[in-house]
Amino acid sequence: MSKGKYGYYDPEKPLENRITDIGPPHYWQFFPPIIRRNYGKWLYHEILEPGILMHVSETGEKVYTVRVGGARLMTAEHIREICDIADKYCDGYVRWTTRNCVEFITDSEEKARELKKDLESRKFPAGSYKFPVGGTGCSITNIVHTQGWIHCHTPATDASGVVKSVMDELFDYFKSMTLPAKLRVSLACCLNMCGAVHCSDIAILGYHRKPPMIDDEVISKVCEIPLVVAACPLGAIRPVTLEDGTKTVRVNEQRCMFCGNCYTMCMATPLADKEGDGIVILAGGKISNRKSGPKFSKVVVDYLPNNPPRWPEVTKTIRKIVEVYAKHARKYERLGEWAERIGWERFFELCEIPFTWHLLDDYRLAYDTYRTTTQFKYTDHVWKIAEAVGGLKK
Amino acid sequence: MAAEGQEKMWDKEVEGHRTYEDIRIFTDEQLHNYTEEELKEFKIKHDIPMLEELEKGPWPSFVSDLKREALHRRKLGQENLQGPVECCEDLLGQLELSYIDKETHWKHGGIIGVFGYGGGVIGRYSDQQEKFPAIWAFHTLRINQPASKFYNTDYLRGLMDICEYRGSGVTNMHGSTGDTVFLGAVTEQLEPIFFDLTHDLGVDLGGSGSNLRTPSCCIGKARCEWAMIDTQDMCYEMTMYYQDELHRPAFPYKFKFKFDGCPNCCVASIARADMSYIGTWKDEIRIDQEAVRAYVAGEIPPNGGAFRDRDWGPFDIQKEVIDLCPAQCMEWDGKELKIDNKECVRCMHCIAVMPRALRPGVDTGLSILFGAKAPILEGAQMSLVGIPFMYTEKPYDNIKAIVEKVWDWWMEEGKNRERLGELIQRWGLWRFVTEILEIPPAPQMVKEPRSNPYIYWKEEEVPGGWKRDIKEFRKRHPR
Repeated sequence: MSKGKYGYYDPEKPLENRITDIGPPHYWQFFPPIIRRNYGKWLYHEILEPGILMHVSETGEKVYTVRVGGARLMTAEHIREICDIADKYCDGYVRWTTRNCVEFITDSEEKARELKKDLESRKFPAGSYKFPVGGTGCSITNIVHTQGWIHCHTPATDASGVVKSVMDELFDYFKSMTLPAKLRVSLACCLNMCGAVHCSDIAILGYHRKPPMIDDEVISKVCEIPLVVAACPLGAIRPVTLEDGTKTVRVNEQRCMFCGNCYTMCMATPLADKEGDGIVILAGGKISNRKSGPKFSKVVVDYLPNNPPRWPEVTKTIRKIVEVYAKHARKYERLGEWAERIGWERFFELCEIPFTWHLLDDYRLAYDTYRTTTQFKYTDHVWKIAEAVGGLKK
Repeated sequence: MAAEGQEKMWDKEVEGHRTYEDIRIFTDEQLHNYTEEELKEFKIKHDIPMLEELEKGPWPSFVSDLKREALHRRKLGQENLQGPVECCEDLLGQLELSYIDKETHWKHGGIIGVFGYGGGVIGRYSDQQEKFPAIWAFHTLRINQPASKFYNTDYLRGLMDICEYRGSGVTNMHGSTGDTVFLGAVTEQLEPIFFDLTHDLGVDLGGSGSNLRTPSCCIGKARCEWAMIDTQDMCYEMTMYYQDELHRPAFPYKFKFKFDGCPNCCVASIARADMSYIGTWKDEIRIDQEAVRAYVAGEIPPNGGAFRDRDWGPFDIQKEVIDLCPAQCMEWDGKELKIDNKECVRCMHCIAVMPRALRPGVDTGLSILFGAKAPILEGAQMSLVGIPFMYTEKPYDNIKAIVEKVWDWWMEEGKNRERLGELIQRWGLWRFVTEILEIPPAPQMVKEPRSNPYIYWKEEEVPGGWKRDIKEFRKRHPR
């Protein structure tokens, strides 16, 4: 590869020897030989122990996979260590999963177990595992997440730090397969949802709670005002001309639900704030079509504060939901399926989560979420209403 | 188009393949330039007490990881790096400041890219440039990941050398769309990185902005018994064919293709893709009755052993399979499992519970669903069934024809930042189905028929049209 400031590239002649539109390298060259030989010939699989998968092919070959959790944010040094391990045990092949775990694929069970031992022996000087093995079957696997404060310009919370805190809390569930079904946790640090957490069993979502500030001085220079106006899904932004002739916008603060889309379109409308920002917890989503169809995650906690470095309110809430789910759900029941079976009112009661007015939907199509049957369960929520209307005692 | 002659560049099974030795930047001494002792003693230039809390606990600590990269860079020295030596230290320093301020310190925006491309690079600048000069510019490069994210170490080591030498040595493995992501490059290094990526590694940038985002797929036939389409091949072919759309934003907003081999949707196409391609079958579930009996007898653990760590009692096929079938199309008489396949909705629960006894059919194709997206702007949507079933074959011409119909319409009618799913809502599913896809409507496209009868009829659908004479009407109905 090139060295020096510009390397092969000549800024004077940017088109010389330029190669474009070549796409990714062809995947076939990155398959271990055993994967090539058995491509499309797999018969069945089995999880031998947490973190070790066995796939059996119709050719009679068996392939063993060791799955490892990772922080997603990985340095060259970390990935070089992964390469060293892959060279030693896997003939120099390795893969990442859609949930950002690392998978080492070998052709013998013995090697897989040896590999697991090696991986678990590697720790950072301060004590955390470099390569914890787990994340298979009825477990919690890696939390898919976005950038947060470490590299994004719109976040309402951090990502890597929250995920580290939550995964430390849920570590036993990563290492074992004791849950009623798989449980997928995801994090997106703002409503833009690069993390697409809207269909996760538990979703951690960064959220702003203050309307944007308008930077009158620069807005007309750095943004197209009609685009800023059009950016608001609730029509809360209107163009104005100030007395001194400055063209800018004003926000109808009652209408703003803090999505930040205006800020995405225009840097002159920032909304991040120390006290305003925090985390919303959603629960009960899934993407698989298994048994029940895919479901959206539902908002179950309207706000938890950003309390770095450990986000204790967030980790506590999530642990509680996971533990209650683990205790009460039936075998094969995903979190959302369980909540639907017992009723969401029971979910809130069992998880000891207060039901606030923010959980009554007020966005378009909200009516679809309203209860229009007398089939409900009695929980404390009902007695509070009865009391409020003077109807508790006969 | 296409990486001609490069298909086997890194193929270790092919003679003369490229190895790490052919492209490496750093020597072995440079790669192993610190000891465990030095790492234990190492302090970065900022105080980061809160972040150091995140070094405790069992889960891999990104702080510990960034520290070792910081030490490695220090020992390499600026003479061996094109990016700033102290960028990992300043990155941690700025993050600590965010932990105090509880706000991000990255500026908004910065139009930036490589020559001729509109996507693939995302500009990022610190708003604390005096305090953290090594990350004043810290741009993201999205690099098109190989299908299903398999790598060999020669290629991966090459990637890491360039990431460290010209960037910051920090990656995301992987970004949300699936790309291999380099975090943190200064502006003047973007072109040299792109040059090395294309020339020496044979890889291109991925998508960002209002274009086709880097398509991604599940593990597919590489290591899954349930893949009913060749997800890798489809993903690769569609990525290569639409390179122009991937690199040069011409759309109203982002557009995503995701390829799932089966309805389990491991790559979450149904929740995230504007066009979700999901493998499925149309014949009968294959049954090995012997193996079913083995499950019932407790000889094989259910669900591939996924419940191994908890005692759920003996396997009960009636309770765990028959009663949980959403179509209620299965029967077990104690000896034989019967499936009424024409009633099956292919949820795959029974197959997942007894993978050694049941397998999807052999007559396979795919469903295409449209319009999934996250909440911004008009609320979250899941993909809706557009094409319940179709066959396709490489080079997938019948699918490309659909893609182009959809794009033509969306590019013509879509508003700025309007995803396909939102346009379908705004125009109505019926118009999308009948006028854009030009296919017959079907009950498979809805959960239930509409409950309101506010139906639009077109004039040509009603005998005699809409033009009538009020005078003729009054002859029958005097005022």
